[in-house]
Amino acid sequence: MAERTLVEAVNDALHVEMERDGSIMVMGEDVGRAGGVFRATAGLRDRFGVDRCVDTPLAEAGILGTAIGLAMAGWRPVCEMQYESFSYPCLDQLITHVGRYHWRTGGAMQFPLTIRMPTGGGVRAPELHEDSPEAYYVHTPGVKVAIPSTPADAKGLLAAAIRDPDPVVIMEPKALYRSPRGEVPEGEHVVPLGKARIAREGSNVTLVAYGTMVQTCLDAAEQLDASAEVVDIRSLKPLDEETILASVGKTGRVVVVQEAPRVAGFGAEIAAVIAEKAILDLQGPILRVTGYDVPFPYWSIEHEYLPTPERVAEAATKVLAY
Amino acid sequence: MLPAEHDVRRIIGDGDLVADGEVDGLDETALLDLYKAMILLRTYDERSVVYHRQGRIGTYAIFWGHEAIQAGSALALADEDWIFPSYRESAIGLLRGMPPETVLAWWRGHPAGWWDPREFRLASITVPIATHVPHAAGYAWGAKLKGESACSIVYFGDGATSEGAFHEGANFAAVMRAPVVLLCNNNQWAISTPLEAQTRAESLADKAAGYGMPGVRVDGGDVLAVYEATSEALDRARAGDGPTFIEALTYRSAPHATADDPSAYWDEERVEEERRNECVGRYERYLRRVGVLTDELAEEIRADALGRMKAGIAAAEAMPPPDPEVVFAHAYVDPPPGFRDG
Repeated sequence: MAERTLVEAVNDALHVEMERDGSIMVMGEDVGRAGGVFRATAGLRDRFGVDRCVDTPLAEAGILGTAIGLAMAGWRPVCEMQYESFSYPCLDQLITHVGRYHWRTGGAMQFPLTIRMPTGGGVRAPELHEDSPEAYYVHTPGVKVAIPSTPADAKGLLAAAIRDPDPVVIMEPKALYRSPRGEVPEGEHVVPLGKARIAREGSNVTLVAYGTMVQTCLDAAEQLDASAEVVDIRSLKPLDEETILASVGKTGRVVVVQEAPRVAGFGAEIAAVIAEKAILDLQGPILRVTGYDVPFPYWSIEHEYLPTPERVAEAATKVLAY
Repeated sequence: MLPAEHDVRRIIGDGDLVADGEVDGLDETALLDLYKAMILLRTYDERSVVYHRQGRIGTYAIFWGHEAIQAGSALALADEDWIFPSYRESAIGLLRGMPPETVLAWWRGHPAGWWDPREFRLASITVPIATHVPHAAGYAWGAKLKGESACSIVYFGDGATSEGAFHEGANFAAVMRAPVVLLCNNNQWAISTPLEAQTRAESLADKAAGYGMPGVRVDGGDVLAVYEATSEALDRARAGDGPTFIEALTYRSAPHATADDPSAYWDEERVEEERRNECVGRYERYLRRVGVLTDELAEEIRADALGRMKAGIAAAEAMPPPDPEVVFAHAYVDPPPGFRDG
């Protein structure tokens, strides 16, 4: 085990996987010479050459569109979108082709693409560097989505994504890129998609989150008088309903937390699953703590937008009162 | 290489003022293969319009008058080269041996219209405009990286050149020196929008200059000119010189699709003139002038194509209705739990 930051763990996963499988190629803006604007791809170009770590033109739809053709030619592309907000042009290819091409060939061809991108706010960056667009991705049939919250999971989920036969979007919380550090297994390390993690055990209320909001929930748990369980769902699709429902079955109270805007966010999906499958376990309403239905604010006031441990603790206290 | 060629390349004469040319290396058999391909496509298209009216296939995108572009370019390809069609080239797989019932099934909305792209080196029919241009660039780039000699060709219309995906695909192709041919079927209409409302560019081939690739302009009604231009582009691609943009200039003298009523927007006189000069007739007259085609042979080729279509629609209609399970069968390789919940 080594202590690594989350972005170092991503870099480690790419090295290990590219070493393991010669058909994997990394492509994106500034991933080669610069090693990525966050250094996630540092060293890959020197180690694996310019053909397997490709600085592409500045064109996100072109990156994902050519990756489809590369997959048809037998490559396993790992595409980097420089920021989640710059990924929006690639949604065209994602929705119209990435999620459908396997289906369109009657299952004959596989498109094992991986799309990595930093996500989320809290990094004091200019406009359109701090969004949380996971709902757009997870809503797309044919596409899987995972969001790690620890360095070890960042490595393991990325390895699982690269090895998965379906297209997988990995969204890496950029606020966690450089801290905290965490233990990361050496060599090959795979965290299977579709398995949630109990980040903290508790018995009175369940806090469900992913990405940056896991730590927010852990901090909230410290503020509560009651015993809070924190579920880090890690994988949005496939979703580990079993772990969520088991926790809710135990506590009977739940708060779902997401950084993204509230309306039709992934938290609503989690709330709906709980309502459909565990309504009789519930002692109170399913509450959400989320971003607002507004553009992500300029960074000098971003703390007014981001869900805080206080807001989560307040919601938990409210549901605990039932 | 730059700027783009502006003169529209032409090989087939008019039997009067314009003399017939020829293409090096095309013998009598090859000339007739081009003719057979055009007849097969023409027959497919004309029958499909009839089948649509009879309620036997769904909405259908007509390609009447585009046979020279499709046959001339497809027959210039090597067997290993990949084709990335738009919906206008829905039946181009027939030229690779795909049975008509597969394409008819596609237009019947039946999953038997799915195919394995590797079987005919033919990507799926792309419905959204221009989004497959990057796919063709990526395929060609990927094959080159693997040291293979396969090229790709991607078909799109004049309207597609307004799309961002065209630009990104063309630029990627050029930057990666991908062995791909970008074949623009400039039929001067995007449904009802005429070319002059699509672009201020004097010629679409001019766009190539901006990507640092050659732009070539050919008469899209001249199957030999299309064949020659595509062959040259493929030679360049295989020599490692990257992509070529070919503008095949034609005129859409049929509706965009069976659901379209062009009387609201087009000029009937111009359409009549274009139809009199349509590509199959032009090539047929050429073949007769050079002594390759006889009435008997022409009749035989037409009968063969018609027979294949009749067998094709019969086979398509004999297919059992799809198993509803197919809705779930191929959405994922490894589906997430709950994907069947609705």
